[in-house]
Amino acid sequence: MTRRLVLGAAILGAVFLLDRALVQGMNPYIYRILVLCGLNVILAMSLNLVNGVTGQFSIGHAGFMAVGAYTSAAFTVYATPRLFGVEPGASAGAAAGPFLLAILIGGILAAVAGILVGLPSMRLRGDYLAIVTLGFGEIIRVAILNIDSVGGARGFAGVPQRANLGWVAAFCVITFFVIRNLIRSYHGRALLAIREDEIAAEALGVPTTRYKVAAFTISAFFAGVAGALFSHYTYLHTNSFTFMKSIEVIVMVVLGGMGSLTGSIVGATLLTALPEALRFASADRLIIYSALLIVLMITRPQGLMGHREFSLAPLARRLRGRAKGSAPGSAGP
Amino acid sequence: MQELLQQLANGIAWGSIYALIALGYTMVYGILRLINFAHGDVYMVGAFTAYFSARALGAGGVDPSPAYALLVLVIAMAACAVLGVLIEFFAYRPVRRSSRLTALITAIGVSLLLENLGIRIFGADPKFFPQLVPPRNITLTEGVVVTNHQVTVVVVSMALMVGLTLFITRTRTGKAMRAVAFHRDAASLMGIPVNRIITITFAIGSALAAAAGVLVGLTNPKIEPLMGIMPGVKAFVAAVLGGIGSIPGAVIGGLTMGVSEYLVVGYVSSTFRDAIAFIILILVLLIKPTGLLGRNVAEKV
Repeated sequence: MTRRLVLGAAILGAVFLLDRALVQGMNPYIYRILVLCGLNVILAMSLNLVNGVTGQFSIGHAGFMAVGAYTSAAFTVYATPRLFGVEPGASAGAAAGPFLLAILIGGILAAVAGILVGLPSMRLRGDYLAIVTLGFGEIIRVAILNIDSVGGARGFAGVPQRANLGWVAAFCVITFFVIRNLIRSYHGRALLAIREDEIAAEALGVPTTRYKVAAFTISAFFAGVAGALFSHYTYLHTNSFTFMKSIEVIVMVVLGGMGSLTGSIVGATLLTALPEALRFASADRLIIYSALLIVLMITRPQGLMGHREFSLAPLARRLRGRAKGSAPGSAGP
Repeated sequence: MQELLQQLANGIAWGSIYALIALGYTMVYGILRLINFAHGDVYMVGAFTAYFSARALGAGGVDPSPAYALLVLVIAMAACAVLGVLIEFFAYRPVRRSSRLTALITAIGVSLLLENLGIRIFGADPKFFPQLVPPRNITLTEGVVVTNHQVTVVVVSMALMVGLTLFITRTRTGKAMRAVAFHRDAASLMGIPVNRIITITFAIGSALAAAAGVLVGLTNPKIEPLMGIMPGVKAFVAAVLGGIGSIPGAVIGGLTMGVSEYLVVGYVSSTFRDAIAFIILILVLLIKPTGLLGRNVAEKV
């Protein structure tokens, strides 16, 4: 346990140092794509918890992202100067604490929205669930569009840019480990049981509705975190949270492989980078992108990774075994 | 009172368009259990086909007249019927035996493909639909005015819906469609050519979407390649609202949707227009999850 905490802390530290080193010399265009990749990785992993692991079908993920984005932005703009005396123009170091708080508030409010949406809708199944989550996502967006103090249709201007690659990467790591550990836990097994056969799970005493709502809430929390990071990185407008955004995330999850967490990382990275890589064919890139999606679904419907996880553990074991020349030790994280 | 009647009239005209699109959704869903996300984009292609064929015909010196409008409508419906069949054959048939999610993502892919091809071929800038019929105002009662375009929309869509209902209930092909929707494998064992029936379903559904596109061009003459997204989603909501798989349900759902949108625009705020559809949907689904006219299907273990 301690070893893992140390490892986690080391990864986070390395990520922050990496960001300091990278921001110096990196092409801003590449930097921006990396940040967007990171945000999409968080979104895809969190959606995978509902769509892949629990086997439900939600197309309202952008709504929770919007809740997180707007509550955290409002907290930073309206509450932070009064509570902490940190003005929007404050340096990154002075603003780090309030920013972390803003991210958490964004995540928690998104989670609350997740409970409110999940309680009624998680009783529905299949296409009905899909369309109800889509509906809630759109309702959230339209509701925000009508709140004037967060800019309404003008967009929310004046949110300081506090997120950077370091923050995003750190939350990617946190999201990954939280969801991975959840899947491997007792509760995660219950979620997998619901995916495999909901009726059988119910018969074996798994409180299915409660677990589905819980998965939905956790998923909404991380979507809110991604939204909070997004709103402190780039211009905030409700147009970023239409149902096309939800669909984009679903495509990432499906491409990577439903239920495969590392697959979601691969899927999100590929689908963020691919339209950029196809930029040489600027006008046709979206045509190629959508055609690729159809071909992929026809030829490899289980996604790139299927249910499998990509892991460094076997490699690490082999390296360790070679170094010691003895039997492989216990599997690393 | 006048304002209420006026909003109802506008809502029914707009709702007929939703109903036409919703019919295609509900037919395809009834047979394949697939949300055909590309359906809204077929409607867009219908509007653009009408736009280009009207311009081509107009260049040939044809005067705006009902016959001319009818010709444009028929061309658009035929072109989209072919498009629907092609989509089914190349994209949906290969994934028919895969999981429903795979099919859904394929449909999303087709939708994106049509949108981006639309932007590439038609251009991203909005086009102004030519006037097929000269506009005229008709006063229904004191203070309630509709245009002849709106009347055309309602009349044409009602005619198409009645025609579809007759087709499905009175012809052999219609009976075969109902059989395939009821149980595909059993229908196949009874000698019904399932593939051909599915093709026909896509042709009819896409032709209806094209008709909706042309009718929208009459009343709201601004068309652009992304115009199908929102009406597509809302028409799907209309189909679910009425009970997906049910043809009268789609019509009722579409009209309910159109009327409630106009009531919200008239009495609340136009910014809530996109939300009302979903609020109604959620209320209906929470109270009666199969939609207004949907059948209850018992789940087997």
